[in-house]
Amino acid sequence: MDRRKLPFTIITIVVLVLLGITVQNVMNSWSLERELMGPNIEAAPDAVTPETPHTTEYRTFPKIGSRVAIWIVAQLHLMFAAFVLAVPMFALIIEYIGYRNGDKKYDKLAYEFTKLLSVSFSFTATLGAMLTFMLMILYPKLTNYLIGIFSWTFFPYVLLFFAEAGFLYSYYYGWGKFSPKVHLALGLGLNIVGTAIMFIANAWLTFMNSPAGINEAGQLVSMWDAINNFTWMPINIHRILANVAFGGSIAAAYGAFKFLGATTEEERAHYDWMGYIGNFVAISAFLTLPFAGYWLAKEIYAYSQSLGIVLMGGTFSWLFIIQAVLIGNLFLAANYYLWVSMERIDGAERFKKFTKYLLAAIAVCFLVWATPHSLVASVEEARSMGGSHHPMLGVLGVMSAKNTAVNIMILTTYISFLLYRRGNKEPTVSWSRTGNLIQFSIFAVVISFVIFLGVYGYFVDTATRVGLSVPQVLSVLFAMVSVTAIDVFMYKNAKFKGEMRWGQIPARAQYALFFLAITFTWLMGLMGYVRAGLRQHWHVYGVMRDTSVDAFTPTLGFAAGVVSVTVMIFFTFIAIVFWLAGLTGKKDWEEDKQLETSSGLLAEEA
Amino acid sequence: MDLFGISFLGLNVVPIILVIAGLVALRMFFNLNTLAWMAAWWVGLYLMLSNGITVPLPGSIVGMFMGIITLALLVYLTTSGEDLEATKDFMVKFFTDSRYSPALLAFLVLLPSLVAYNVYTGMTQQPQAPVFGRTIHPPPPTDITFKGKKIDLVNDDNPYRILKETDPDAFAAHVANGRKVYYQNCVNCHGDDMGGNGMFAHAFDPIPASFKDPTTIAMLQESYLFWRIAKGAPGLPDESTPWSSAMPAWEKFLSEEDIWDVIIFLYEYTGYEPRAKEELH
Ligand code: HEC
Ligand code: HEM
Repeated sequence: MDRRKLPFTIITIVVLVLLGITVQNVMNSWSLERELMGPNIEAAPDAVTPETPHTTEYRTFPKIGSRVAIWIVAQLHLMFAAFVLAVPMFALIIEYIGYRNGDKKYDKLAYEFTKLLSVSFSFTATLGAMLTFMLMILYPKLTNYLIGIFSWTFFPYVLLFFAEAGFLYSYYYGWGKFSPKVHLALGLGLNIVGTAIMFIANAWLTFMNSPAGINEAGQLVSMWDAINNFTWMPINIHRILANVAFGGSIAAAYGAFKFLGATTEEERAHYDWMGYIGNFVAISAFLTLPFAGYWLAKEIYAYSQSLGIVLMGGTFSWLFIIQAVLIGNLFLAANYYLWVSMERIDGAERFKKFTKYLLAAIAVCFLVWATPHSLVASVEEARSMGGSHHPMLGVLGVMSAKNTAVNIMILTTYISFLLYRRGNKEPTVSWSRTGNLIQFSIFAVVISFVIFLGVYGYFVDTATRVGLSVPQVLSVLFAMVSVTAIDVFMYKNAKFKGEMRWGQIPARAQYALFFLAITFTWLMGLMGYVRAGLRQHWHVYGVMRDTSVDAFTPTLGFAAGVVSVTVMIFFTFIAIVFWLAGLTGKKDWEEDKQLETSSGLLAEEA
Repeated sequence: MDLFGISFLGLNVVPIILVIAGLVALRMFFNLNTLAWMAAWWVGLYLMLSNGITVPLPGSIVGMFMGIITLALLVYLTTSGEDLEATKDFMVKFFTDSRYSPALLAFLVLLPSLVAYNVYTGMTQQPQAPVFGRTIHPPPPTDITFKGKKIDLVNDDNPYRILKETDPDAFAAHVANGRKVYYQNCVNCHGDDMGGNGMFAHAFDPIPASFKDPTTIAMLQESYLFWRIAKGAPGLPDESTPWSSAMPAWEKFLSEEDIWDVIIFLYEYTGYEPRAKEELH
């Protein structure tokens, strides 16, 4: 066997075995949980009676039950949809950059990204249809109710879907066939339509979490209010950003995959660059996510304290510990990628001495970011702490500390990018010393300010404390914008100290890209569960109760199991997409060629 | 005098100084390679976390922190290609070069001994109550029935709070009543300074909430407290099991007004403000 393929084979086998074990475990614990918790659900009367009373409220799904079935299909649909929406966004931007600077390389890259789209698009649609049918079959009462509320949004949805298909295929197949301007316009249309589709779908699902626009009996009063409910805009924004981050990371993983399998220098250089760009896109969007996330959480709190407490203080708070660990890992891996890849930049050695300190900053912030608010402690440990809050850690477990930590992690990652960018460049402007000094002072002042606000947060009431996160965010944004602006001018006409050796990136950086993609996907699955699970025993929060046997909050381990299985299925599908996308680049099959090479091989062996 | 007990800012000074001194000594007197150096850091940080903090951290936290630290050290070890190569070379030499045979032998003895020691301490420990991931602030229902009356936890607010502005004297009377309610009913558990350290406190698991802690009443709305006080531990939702809280359900003993009053008193005494209801748009 080809030695290069060995790691892949091993990884595949390991993944398959893990998948088997996980599925087995999940199934076992699921039947146990249903037995223990299912029948205990008290069936309370609904606040609403659907207009057309249905005889069947629920149907069951064999073996895994309706809830898990819908859960997995919905999550898979979301992941593909996220990918299909995100890739056109940065493909278009990259195409535009190529159009402006005339470098063919960008155009080629944008096309390469787009190639991943068409198969994914069919997957998305198929999974979407499956989700719809399953909703109708398994949850007829709920589906009926939602259709009653949102009936008029379904037509534009379907029409937009048509338009999406039109734009997508003309954008993809029309590559190089239209004038660049027309082609860019097609891409723009694709993005606008895609975003509109997502906004409509978001209205349905956010309505389930924070219903609005209905009267006490649950009947529709105002369609617009139902759409523009409390969490609609925050989720729209959070999803756009998260989708771009996720899509970028998957595209980067594609680059890494092709890089590791590449045989020529040229290919390696190309895919190294592709991985870098994908990762750049992912991390840029990722850095804005904490802010969007806090806004979302704040809106959930504003809608209902109960929901807010379920989210951040109750059972689900444990999921946020997992979230924090994943996010900390994302920061570590993103920076790791940059540091390792600086090895292929001649001249970047001079920045090596800084990595230690950047790493230390990230590690410390990671510790703070992941410190739980309430600790898992044995009775004895709790006694010696004098409560469930450790006197020192209790301080780190609250929002002020976490906001501060995440802001500093963001700045640190930004600094890594800055150093990467400077790697092989030396400024030629006369004021470069002053420039550096100013940049340094901006960082110093902003970091002190962020820490000061974090500490100050302990001395004020909750509402003010939540408000403090705004100046924190603004000052971080200010630092990034102003330092970038100075840098752009300072490095104009910079002298090159050495080469950027694309293609010579160490393989371990590529594995970091895989790690990023998997972590993002897992995070997405986890948070999707948080959003849906938050409603607990409600289909539509406070309006329509879930009276099915599955109306309980599963254990954390079980939820994590389902998320893991979903992620593995997703990557299996994505592998198929990668493989199909790779086919276009392959040479055509020819009978004699085939014979020739095999006889050639035989001859060689003999 | 117990040298290890000297504490400053919540830290045990002596172990921390020893660890730092140890690391400095390693740096000065030995020419360690990156791998050994990382191992030294790992051990040093572990010792600091497990012994350097006056009120010991729970094992679960030490475990999590060490996990993160391990990751960070691995990142450090593998970031630089040179270091990585040197580490690989060293490992190969360690296992093959006769110069390292004694060390290898020691390593081969030490590693299983450590495992054995760990197993031994694990098996000989006093049995302990199992550890639960306790949810301090379980999700409240949207409404509750209090003595036959429906109380909406989402929209209702403390009816007497407004008196603070409109009628300070009446408000003072509510505070006074709250004080009475507190010292008649709650003090034995929640403590005379509200620190969660009343007379009975240490008989319970979980121990009573400390209202001085910024993560209890300071971040909750009054309606949430009303629910917790009225329904106590028995009223906690299924989702929050396992739960063995001793918090009584006060609806059987106190009137609605008494409960709102004691809530006011909790805030007045500690100086915290209840979490405000956010503006609806
Ligand atoms: C028998 C001991 C006991 C008594 C008496 C008692 N409590 Fe508690 N209380 C507890 C315990 C234990 C907890 C922590 C576990 C829990 O949250 O249920 C608690 C928790 C609380 C909480 C929840 C705090 C939070 O952060 O969620 C409030 C509020 C509270 N008590 C108020 C009162 C008031 C007011 C009184 C007097 C009317 C009172 N308690 C009397 C034992 C007691
Ligand atoms: C660095 C920080 C964050 C990252 C990387 C991140 C990432 C993500 C991702 C990838 C998703 C899936 C999006 C999708 O389904 O399209 C998501 C959804 C979600 N996030 Fe975040 N997030 C972050 C911060 C936060 C914070 C601070 C909160 C709030 C406490 C939060 C709450 C949510 C919720 C409730 C969802 C589900 C919404 C939905 O179904 O789309 N996030 N997040």
